[in-house]
Amino acid sequence: MKATVRIMLKKGVLDPQGKAIGGALHGLGFEGVGEVRQGKVIELDVPDGTEEGRIRDMCEKLLANPVIEDYKVELEP
Amino acid sequence: MKTSIILFPGTNREKDMAMALKRVTGHDPALVWHKETDLGTPDLIILPGGFSYGDYLRCGAMAAHSPVMKEVIACAERGTRILGVCNGFQMLIETHLLPGALLKNKTLKFICKHVNLKTENGESEFTSKLGKGSVINVPVAHGEGNYFANDDILHELDDNDRVAFRYCDGNGAVTDEANPNGSTANIAGIMNKRKTILGMMPHPENATQDWQDNKSGLLLFESIVEALA
Repeated sequence: MKATVRIMLKKGVLDPQGKAIGGALHGLGFEGVGEVRQGKVIELDVPDGTEEGRIRDMCEKLLANPVIEDYKVELEP
Repeated sequence: MKTSIILFPGTNREKDMAMALKRVTGHDPALVWHKETDLGTPDLIILPGGFSYGDYLRCGAMAAHSPVMKEVIACAERGTRILGVCNGFQMLIETHLLPGALLKNKTLKFICKHVNLKTENGESEFTSKLGKGSVINVPVAHGEGNYFANDDILHELDDNDRVAFRYCDGNGAVTDEANPNGSTANIAGIMNKRKTILGMMPHPENATQDWQDNKSGLLLFESIVEALA
């Protein structure tokens, strides 16, 4: 089965990459774009029946930095 | 005094560090590959700068989980002195030996230039010869050195005198203009509560040789070497 982890900087943590992307979109004439935030997506092949808690454990230990990042886990059967 | 400099794939500042140590101690430090699982009993462990594991995932994140790091953490718990510079500071953050996080520079640019640092804690083993309030001029070379800490961490650092260095101007004034990367409260280097571990983004080892711009980084190495002599 596949597990997908989405990692984003926490609210309140400055995201200069997101800001730069937003600035570039404005430069290209895409008006009306508000705040832009950039994150990352990690896809994992894991054994069928793997519980979300195990993936969250991976996030806490390695995949995310809980000091600055929030993460969401999605499991696809 | 026994010093071990840890090498990871992608480390590139180990020789600068070894030269600084040799100048102060008179002998070569040991270079230790990251697959080593027995560090022996070094007095000082150095995590040098570079781009360990290509900065994959987050700077220092992969190195923090490499075989040697379990041993580094065990040494840290026994009170072995540890100095982490640049990528080494990022590793100390990722192993949670030091608090906070290091984000991309506010300007998004890789910054390579000399900066001024104000010594905030001049009484630690790493800074005793610098003295509180003194200013040193050393290089920075990083893309992700923007120190981030929430209010709880900041209070903890301040209350326990754990900030070693802040970015400042040539007169020692800690200003926004002197902050190269957007670090919270201009923080350039911090210590653990026991003051046995120092992590910093700037490179004191690159201000230690006759042919370098100045030798103000020498005082840091002289401080720790004297303390461990």
